[in-house]
Amino acid sequence: MSSRFTSVAAAVGWRNLHNFVTNPALLLPALLFPLFFFSAFAGGLSGIEETPGFDYPNGYTAFEFAFVLLQASAFGGVFTGFGIARDFESGFGRRLLLAAPNRLGILAGYVGSALVRATMVGAMLFAIALLTGMRVSSSVVDMVGLITLALFVALAAALFAAGVALRFRSMQAGPLMQTPVFLILFLAPVYVPFDQLESWIQSAASVNPITPIVEAVRSLIAGQPDELGVAFAAAAGLAALFTVWAVRGIRSAEAAGG
Amino acid sequence: MPTRYEGIFEVARRSFLRALRQPAVVFPSLIFPLFLLAVNVGGLDASTELPGFPAESYLTFALAVPFIQGAIFVLLNSGTDLATDIETGFLNRLALTPIGGRSLLAGGLGGVLAVAIFQTGFYLVVGLLAGASFEAGLAGVPVLFALSLAISLAMGSIGAFVALRVGTSEAMQGMFPIFFVFLFFSSMALPRDLIEQDWFRTIATINPVSYLIEGIRSLFTTGIDGEALGLAFGISAVLTLVFLSAASAALRTRLVRT
Repeated sequence: MSSRFTSVAAAVGWRNLHNFVTNPALLLPALLFPLFFFSAFAGGLSGIEETPGFDYPNGYTAFEFAFVLLQASAFGGVFTGFGIARDFESGFGRRLLLAAPNRLGILAGYVGSALVRATMVGAMLFAIALLTGMRVSSSVVDMVGLITLALFVALAAALFAAGVALRFRSMQAGPLMQTPVFLILFLAPVYVPFDQLESWIQSAASVNPITPIVEAVRSLIAGQPDELGVAFAAAAGLAALFTVWAVRGIRSAEAAGG
Repeated sequence: MPTRYEGIFEVARRSFLRALRQPAVVFPSLIFPLFLLAVNVGGLDASTELPGFPAESYLTFALAVPFIQGAIFVLLNSGTDLATDIETGFLNRLALTPIGGRSLLAGGLGGVLAVAIFQTGFYLVVGLLAGASFEAGLAGVPVLFALSLAISLAMGSIGAFVALRVGTSEAMQGMFPIFFVFLFFSSMALPRDLIEQDWFRTIATINPVSYLIEGIRSLFTTGIDGEALGLAFGISAVLTLVFLSAASAALRTRLVRT
């Protein structure tokens, strides 16, 4: 990897992270929304545990934690897309394109900062979930697998949002980044295990690539890894697909002159 | 010279037409609550098997939620429109005319009610077509419309107050998650007596949104329930009174400031 690529990626990534950490308007929602969803889902719906067929061994809090962790990772990626759109709308992106000796480094910088954001938010979420009594039965290896899957989701979402942002280069594209991610996440088994889903949503969940990832993360928290191959293949496939999408996006921005 | 009432009518007409002319704003407020309803029904239907669950179908139980979500969208959209009027100077120009700023407030709420009538009819028809029961029967239909309008008026008053305080459409949009916190920490997903976590049940019990939902829900699951309806109408009236007074005060301050 050339030093020009890494220096551009490091500079863009650092700037993005600095903005994220020092701007309360960006930092607080990123930290508070996952907590809000976690407490609303795990607290308000814990009665679901009592329904016939709910057989998750670590309880409803851990069951919902898996989904909220992936949701926070995905939305960390989407919010990075918002940052790209804002930079290009304000003209900063154009200056970046002019200044950077390797433009793929710009993309790598943004995506790298999304991964660091996802790690920060995930760590905070994990700490609070443990403090509130979530039961975790994972081994160290399970934990590594769980974190890797969450980072893959953040990566795929960041690349998807970057591709949209680089094509539209306007904050008005925000719903185009947010809505598909929201839809695909909520068409997975969010509240109950796959077998307990109603017919139409079970059909949707059965073809949703997020479903095996959610189920694998739940199995890893329970210390009973299951179908990890399918989950990693789905996560890596999404990341590969959206890498092509995002790289073509930066070519599109170059062609438009930023 | 137009009378005060003609002024209010004209502003209400402008507010309603303005909403209709922004399909990108109107459609999400119609479709998004129904999408969430569909996801929740698919995912949470198993909760009807909990002992003491008040309905045979989760759709019937949960159909009240889109009415409240729709009212929250009304709050955000009408608040954003008012904030835009402040940003563009329309409010100041209107204050110089015989119509006056207060007519803008009253007219804006008139537009809110027109949108709310449309939303209520839409959610009711879609819900019934999807198979929900409506235990209150034909006599309950005008009660449903009246309650939905009362709730929308309360939400519109909150939106007007917030818009007049923050003064920018961007800040108004930034309030979106705050209003949804009230919705998520309510009895939207399960009846309060079936919420297992004490802390969540306590929040849901002191959250006024729970009673708004339960008022509408009672028409679908029970029939004409005087207590549930009385609480919902009463809370709507109190919210309207408090926030309309606060909005009037904020309007005075803003016109002095500008």
